[in-house]
Amino acid sequence: MTEIIKRNKALSVNPLKASSTLGACLAFMGINRTMPMIHGSQGCTAFGKVFFVQHFQEPIPIQTSALDQIGTVMGSYENLVEGLATIAKKSPDLIGVPTSGLAEVQGFDVDMGVKEFRAKHPEFDRVAVVPVTTPDFRGCLESGFADAALAMIKTLVPAEAGRVGQRRRQVNVLVGASLTSGDIEALKETIEAFGLRPVVFPDVSDSLDGHLAPETYNALTTGGTPVSELATLGQAIATIVVGASMAPVADELRSRTGVPDIRFDHLCGLDATDALVMTLRDLSGNEVPERIERQRAQLLDAMLDTHFMMGFTRVAVAADPDLLVALAALMKGTGAEVVAAVTPAYAPVLTRSGLAAVKIGDLEDLELAARESGAEVLIANSHGVAVAERLGLPIYRAGFPQFHWYGGFAKTWIGYRGGRQVLFDLANILTAAERGEVHPYRSVYGQKPEYQGRCA
Amino acid sequence: MPMKPQDLRALMDEPACAHNAKGKSGCARPKPGSAAGGCAFDGAQIALLPIADVAHIIHGAIGCAGSSWENRGTKSTGPTLYSVGMTTDLTEQDVIMGRSEKRLFHAIKQAVATYDPAAVFVYATCIPALVGDDMEAVCAAAEEAFGKPVVLVDAAGFYGTKNMGNRLAGEAMTKYVIGTREPDPIPEAAVRPGITVHDVNLIGEYNIAGELWHTLPLLDELGIRVLCTLSGDARYREVQTMHRAEATMVVCSKASLNVARHLERTWGVPWFEGSFYGVADTSDALRNFARIIGDPDLIARTEALIAREEAKAEAAIAAWRPRLQGKRVLLYTGGVKSWSVVSALQDLGLSVVATGTKKSTEEDKARIKELMGEDAVMITEGSAPALLKAVKDLEADILIAGGRNLYTALKARLPFLDINQEREFAYAGYAGMAELARRLALSLESPIWDKVRAHAPWRPTPEAIRPEAAQ
Repeated sequence: MTEIIKRNKALSVNPLKASSTLGACLAFMGINRTMPMIHGSQGCTAFGKVFFVQHFQEPIPIQTSALDQIGTVMGSYENLVEGLATIAKKSPDLIGVPTSGLAEVQGFDVDMGVKEFRAKHPEFDRVAVVPVTTPDFRGCLESGFADAALAMIKTLVPAEAGRVGQRRRQVNVLVGASLTSGDIEALKETIEAFGLRPVVFPDVSDSLDGHLAPETYNALTTGGTPVSELATLGQAIATIVVGASMAPVADELRSRTGVPDIRFDHLCGLDATDALVMTLRDLSGNEVPERIERQRAQLLDAMLDTHFMMGFTRVAVAADPDLLVALAALMKGTGAEVVAAVTPAYAPVLTRSGLAAVKIGDLEDLELAARESGAEVLIANSHGVAVAERLGLPIYRAGFPQFHWYGGFAKTWIGYRGGRQVLFDLANILTAAERGEVHPYRSVYGQKPEYQGRCA
Repeated sequence: MPMKPQDLRALMDEPACAHNAKGKSGCARPKPGSAAGGCAFDGAQIALLPIADVAHIIHGAIGCAGSSWENRGTKSTGPTLYSVGMTTDLTEQDVIMGRSEKRLFHAIKQAVATYDPAAVFVYATCIPALVGDDMEAVCAAAEEAFGKPVVLVDAAGFYGTKNMGNRLAGEAMTKYVIGTREPDPIPEAAVRPGITVHDVNLIGEYNIAGELWHTLPLLDELGIRVLCTLSGDARYREVQTMHRAEATMVVCSKASLNVARHLERTWGVPWFEGSFYGVADTSDALRNFARIIGDPDLIARTEALIAREEAKAEAAIAAWRPRLQGKRVLLYTGGVKSWSVVSALQDLGLSVVATGTKKSTEEDKARIKELMGEDAVMITEGSAPALLKAVKDLEADILIAGGRNLYTALKARLPFLDINQEREFAYAGYAGMAELARRLALSLESPIWDKVRAHAPWRPTPEAIRPEAAQ
């Protein structure tokens, strides 16, 4: 059983946490022709935009209801209605409305706000609006993402059981915030290899995969799950759920549609990928394609080749719960040892992580734990770079945000191929780190010219 | 001019080498179609390349340097010139037009001008030897012209095996370098009252993965100055002074005996063979130095140091022993004395089920029997199928061998430890034992073995792939 060590200090130093509000924005950005609008002050959006722009190296469509003094004190329904109407004029398919801490503390009822908008602006009836309460004082990026996904299912997926399997090759795929664009692409390819049609929700791999679109400017997301597709989720043969954080979303989808689901905490490493492949084989009735067999054999070979480097390696990891659990499993499979684990917020999945202990905390906690436990490599977001420098350790970037770093959003962690590349990357990092080397020793008697005048 | 046949024959005769008798005089001729070792050039380069402040120029076409440079784990505390790859990179035109001598001369000039080396070593290779370059003359002319020692290491590949190359390299040192300078006085800062400093050599110690740095502090403590290691972390000016040592230790190497013998014959320096693998052998080596030097104070201090270091090593490996206890090892080493590693592994609680003896002498084999019992299994054939068969027959848990056999083991789903020159970790000396234990446990205990030996879950007959099934 994993020991969960609660936050025990007043000051969070070098925060690991990104807000649930941003997580909700990310989920909305996985829907095509969408604009999230944070109900809060301008800064909530401005900071969030920069956060995602740096991570994805993309323009990021997030708007704000721009709460000012008057709105904050006198009530902000007008801000919301005006903001929604302004965005609705751009004819999006969906406007997501995550609330900020400010709006929640104000006592704002976002559902009522949307109702007011509907009453006042019937001309925008065809624009879907999904509100979600995501104050930044609750949860983290991962939980906000799931909350927004849940709100979308509730609003946009019709509650009508009995249509299960009408689309005989369709498999719904609910993915949590721990999956990158690269992960989702790999997952879709794997599912397609079995002759199945994946409908991924939310699909950031179709919107934030860093592709150059023909249009030079677009105010809305330029890809993602189409809103119209959400109506078909009830006709799939099954739903694959990736990430424990998506469990409430999966519960809701199943109860609305009756579509059976198969749940994975993560898809990192051999065992998890084996389980996925078995599932796809059973769902499709097809044999495992040769290409996938070969990828598995390639991963096994990489495990052999890198085990000298990975074995007994002491790893310190900081990530949101789903990603932390995935990385812990990946490390364990190689013989490496996670000696320090930090996550920004509690989630039930942590208790089955197989880790001895997880600290709910910040990167200062990671720094201390890594130093104390003699970690040899850090896995963390870009804020961990400075930590790694202070510790004199190499860093392997994972999670949000990855700034001053290209392609983090596109990296594949899952599946046979993703796992293989992670092994190669880490083994290279560890080789370059020159661990276990003998400290150079200069003999006091050495006749070496460069020793003259400075004996050891 | 290439070496004369009679000179090569003379080198084949190495009276100090136990291989000399038994129809295996010098080094056995490689068998065409099934030879796995390196050539004489390879051996010569390995032997001398660690001399850190020398410009090592490989005179030949790109095959010799291009595929071998930066391939060894030797370390330096100072200059890194040895890791700069230098070759004359001969072209077709050079060969046809006879321009290779000229190119060599200019190459030496360029190396001296760019890198200001302590000396230049020129390694002959097959092509200039065949073409008939007078490299000795070029080197002499260059030395004269550029004011740096230029040493010809005449060890073209076809002269013989890697061992032969080791010997030719030693020959070049004795001929051109050793005895050309007197040792420095002991640095004032290093003088300790009551302790007489004694000078020694280490031959065949290449400081792989920094191994030398495990033993050097102990020698410093005892007041033993290593005039020169041939050639790990060595400098040219150290090689020059080797003749003044009071004792030479030949570390795990048959190939370099000729240098030790030369030092004894010409300069009266006694020598012994020893090893820094395992606690017992490391202690033996230190004792031998003290005994040969014959300073009673040194002998007493050596014993005290041995007692302390053995206790420390024991404490460091005690935790590993239960994890390694009873694990079955198949040892197949090329260069390193197999009995030396056998005793190190036994110290750790492992059971050595067989050992390679391809390069072992009769004396070595006797010692192995002493350690492993009369029915010790000795493997003379090191081909991949033969090794895997032995692993199966003897139910070995891990293969310890040279890097060449690494992928043989891995493809057969078999844990492995690299013990030869390409290894990345230092196992020598007392401090090396804990690292050896750690690396063994790391491979043996890795969670990957069950995974790689099992079939994919969708395979109808999930029958485990064992190492033996791989044949």
